[in-house]
Amino acid sequence: MAYDWLKGIEDHYDIVVIGSGLGGLTGANVLAKCGHKVLLLEHHYQLGGLATWFTRKGGHIFDISLHGFPIGMIKSIRKYWSQDIANSIVQLKGVRFINPQFSIDTTFDREDFTRQLVEKFQVPAETVERFFTDLRAMNFYDNSQETTGQMFARYFPGRDDVQRLLMEPIAYANGSTLDDPAITFGIVFSNFMSKGVYTFQGGSDVLIKKMGVELKTNGVEVRKHVVVEKVLTEERDGRKQVTGVVANGRTIRCDVVLSNANIKNTVLRLAGEESFTPEFVAQAKAIRVNTSSCQVYLGIRKGETLPHIGDLVFTSEEPVFSSEKLVDLHTTSRTFSMYYPDTRPGTDRYTVVVSINAKYDDWNNLNEEQYATEKQRLIDESIAALEKYIPDVRGKIEWQEAATPRTIERYTRHWAGTSFGTKFEGLKVSMDLPAQLPGLYHAGSVGIIMSGWLGTINYGVIVANQIDKALAAKKRAAPAQPANA
Amino acid sequence: MTKDDCKKLVIDIISDIAPDEDLTAIKPEIKLRDQLQLDSMDFLDIVMELRKRHGIEVPEADYSHLASLESCAEYLTPKFATKA
Repeated sequence: MAYDWLKGIEDHYDIVVIGSGLGGLTGANVLAKCGHKVLLLEHHYQLGGLATWFTRKGGHIFDISLHGFPIGMIKSIRKYWSQDIANSIVQLKGVRFINPQFSIDTTFDREDFTRQLVEKFQVPAETVERFFTDLRAMNFYDNSQETTGQMFARYFPGRDDVQRLLMEPIAYANGSTLDDPAITFGIVFSNFMSKGVYTFQGGSDVLIKKMGVELKTNGVEVRKHVVVEKVLTEERDGRKQVTGVVANGRTIRCDVVLSNANIKNTVLRLAGEESFTPEFVAQAKAIRVNTSSCQVYLGIRKGETLPHIGDLVFTSEEPVFSSEKLVDLHTTSRTFSMYYPDTRPGTDRYTVVVSINAKYDDWNNLNEEQYATEKQRLIDESIAALEKYIPDVRGKIEWQEAATPRTIERYTRHWAGTSFGTKFEGLKVSMDLPAQLPGLYHAGSVGIIMSGWLGTINYGVIVANQIDKALAAKKRAAPAQPANA
Repeated sequence: MTKDDCKKLVIDIISDIAPDEDLTAIKPEIKLRDQLQLDSMDFLDIVMELRKRHGIEVPEADYSHLASLESCAEYLTPKFATKA
């Protein structure tokens, strides 16, 4: 008989959290610190969702997520996790852009971008100042129909080079395009511009393991290898509400489910269409999931070294930036995340993770032979591109491997293998969920702004607050239980 | 509970949320956001801590009452009184 991954769990929890992406992990931690009984279920054998890593023979460790987030992470990690984890966050100072329109080195903050835009791109200082100030004032509830492309045209008409500088890094960070609402660009870009790009020193493995320890300390019951198949509901007082989940074939009762699964998975698969009004189901179906990513992992042989060519290197051979070209199966746009030994202090190893934006359908429609061929092409093209900056790199590579949107689908179960959550409309459905089905909450990558490391952590806290509020109200309303009933 | 007691409880919470800030010279009438590096997540934390530590619920529509120390005291002191 197979091992029972749910062995020893209790029959009832205040909250069951589905999925251990950063939103699920953080929501679980905050709720446990509020005194609730929390069970966290993860289908994979490792926590972290996309904030994860894998190891390969030869001592190679590869981080999955693009390793850059805004300075706000320091504060969020300190408040919702621990000072110890926050202490490991360090700045990535070497951000580079290399493409046919320009080649620049930057610290990716407002001060340096202002200097580059004025000196190198010859944009009037007053325009740059106005652009940054206006962006800073944007709020997610602003009711503006303007797209990012229209906004760029307003501040920098006819300047597709400026547009590229501003848009390309954010497209890698959250999959947004020139056609998405301007606020989705404004909020994320402003967060980065405040102080630059930061990363977790020690690697995703150390971060997630520390979070796992913290969860245990705070009393969260964490179980891996557990697939939640269904969110259970019952009709009470004439209204459907959440009563539990079925996981690995077993029923677990709870008052609240916090789903860190994709919002479409949550509504259409886990709770199921029968749990909602036809209008809400239609809204959930209409949510567009974002595009996805491919990655190429290059492990450098022990003893070999690489020169410092920057930390995050945005490269492209496209003559101008285009959101369509960026996700094309044959795109020449790639970001090199360079991992030097100081990424994981105490080791002497180098790795390179190449990120390439991609469309799920392009990869999902391939047969197995084509799939293997295309993956190899991706690896070959990435190494050839890297040789332009490190001519002798090929001979130093000991391990090479590629991941695609299909890989992401397999390990995260995300709808259509998305690596960037949903388009803007996903946020409304996510936030409306508990009003539609009492007891069901969602905190995952939605709406572009609640995405990325910082967005998803903060969204986990926002939703945890709503759950804590609902459970506190329930406790107040319930008559006091006799001590020995 | 007096308004001064209430202000002290709010400052206790803020000192945990923003340990690097100097809270000794806060001007009660000035918006907290204009004197301290507080963002919308910090205000959410204040709401959560009021619930956790004192069983006080601040509905979303009332978040604006948390703007300054003075407005906090004005809004929260009666809530502490009802609770007691």
